[in-house]
Amino acid sequence: MKFTDFILPVIIVFIIVYGLLKKVDIFTSFIDGAKKGLKNAYEICPALIILLVSVGMIRSSGAIDFISQSLRSFAEALGFPAECIPLAILRPVSGSGSIALLEDVLINYGPDSLAGKTASILVASSETTFYVFAVYFASVKVKKTRHALASALIGDFVGVIATAVAIKLFF
Amino acid sequence: MKYVISLLVFLSLIFSTINGKINNVSESIISSTNNALELCFSLAGIMALWSGLMNIAEKSGLVKKINRLLMPVISFLFNDLPKGSKALPLISMNITANILGLANASTPIGISAMQQIDREVGDGKNATNSMIMLVVLNSASIQIIPTTIIALRARHGAANAAEVMPVIWIVSIVACFSAVFATKILNKRKKIEVK
Repeated sequence: MKFTDFILPVIIVFIIVYGLLKKVDIFTSFIDGAKKGLKNAYEICPALIILLVSVGMIRSSGAIDFISQSLRSFAEALGFPAECIPLAILRPVSGSGSIALLEDVLINYGPDSLAGKTASILVASSETTFYVFAVYFASVKVKKTRHALASALIGDFVGVIATAVAIKLFF
Repeated sequence: MKYVISLLVFLSLIFSTINGKINNVSESIISSTNNALELCFSLAGIMALWSGLMNIAEKSGLVKKINRLLMPVISFLFNDLPKGSKALPLISMNITANILGLANASTPIGISAMQQIDREVGDGKNATNSMIMLVVLNSASIQIIPTTIIALRARHGAANAAEVMPVIWIVSIVACFSAVFATKILNKRKKIEVK
């Protein structure tokens, strides 16, 4: 049993018991809310399909390997382990893909190697930007997303630089 | 939106032709549609659950209480939302769930927040500043206990699986702050252009 396994059930029990204490009709309220939730899930579906298809296409096109190759010397100058470059680029594009790459690094170099630590930090300190972008913007009728993707990718880029600096300082 | 999609699709055709990976791309097109539907399907259940629970929490006044705690930060970040906006409590709940690492809870609540923002200040064409801020916060969120990564490291025999945690906090805080900072600056730039 882990402490973190308790978080979700405890929150659910807390919400329900608090509702009971405040004399809320919890069952009817739940049904009303859940109906809206189902409707939302149905509505975001079409936009998700085209967004995930385009992200899937770029992921399987080999573009990431190409970019990794061209960044190699730059990363080495920074003291960033070259084995982790594909991961740094894949991280914002695919969540399951970066977990797979992290596994790869952990198996080949070990979790206590510099590459293993760097890879762990890269995966844990960031989210799958394109996935968040796709799911969130699929839910509203917006034609222009303005600087949303740019700002989020700036955050990812700073994250990679910060990882490079941090591993130099701490390990 | 249309530019993002066009760019991704166009680049993947170019790169896959150069790399001889066009068959991988064709395969991924089919599997991505499956993934998208599976995602909608799994989101549907969890979204229904959280929307239902959130409705209880709202009627019992719990939402208001949590909202009061995070209000100062959130009203600064989302300053284009009106006072008393119904999106604000959803945003604070979304951020709380992210920090606790409850991705299953944060996404459906975040989507409701997005739609609420759209209803209140959306113009039907452009993403509003608060929509962008919400997306940015969710794509650069800070997590207290990165459970998946620690479990993975432990499984591969790390001497100390949680050793990287402090660095993860530092890196994610730095990344999150710079993303928020970038958003704020780009928000201003757009405003001037409009004037």
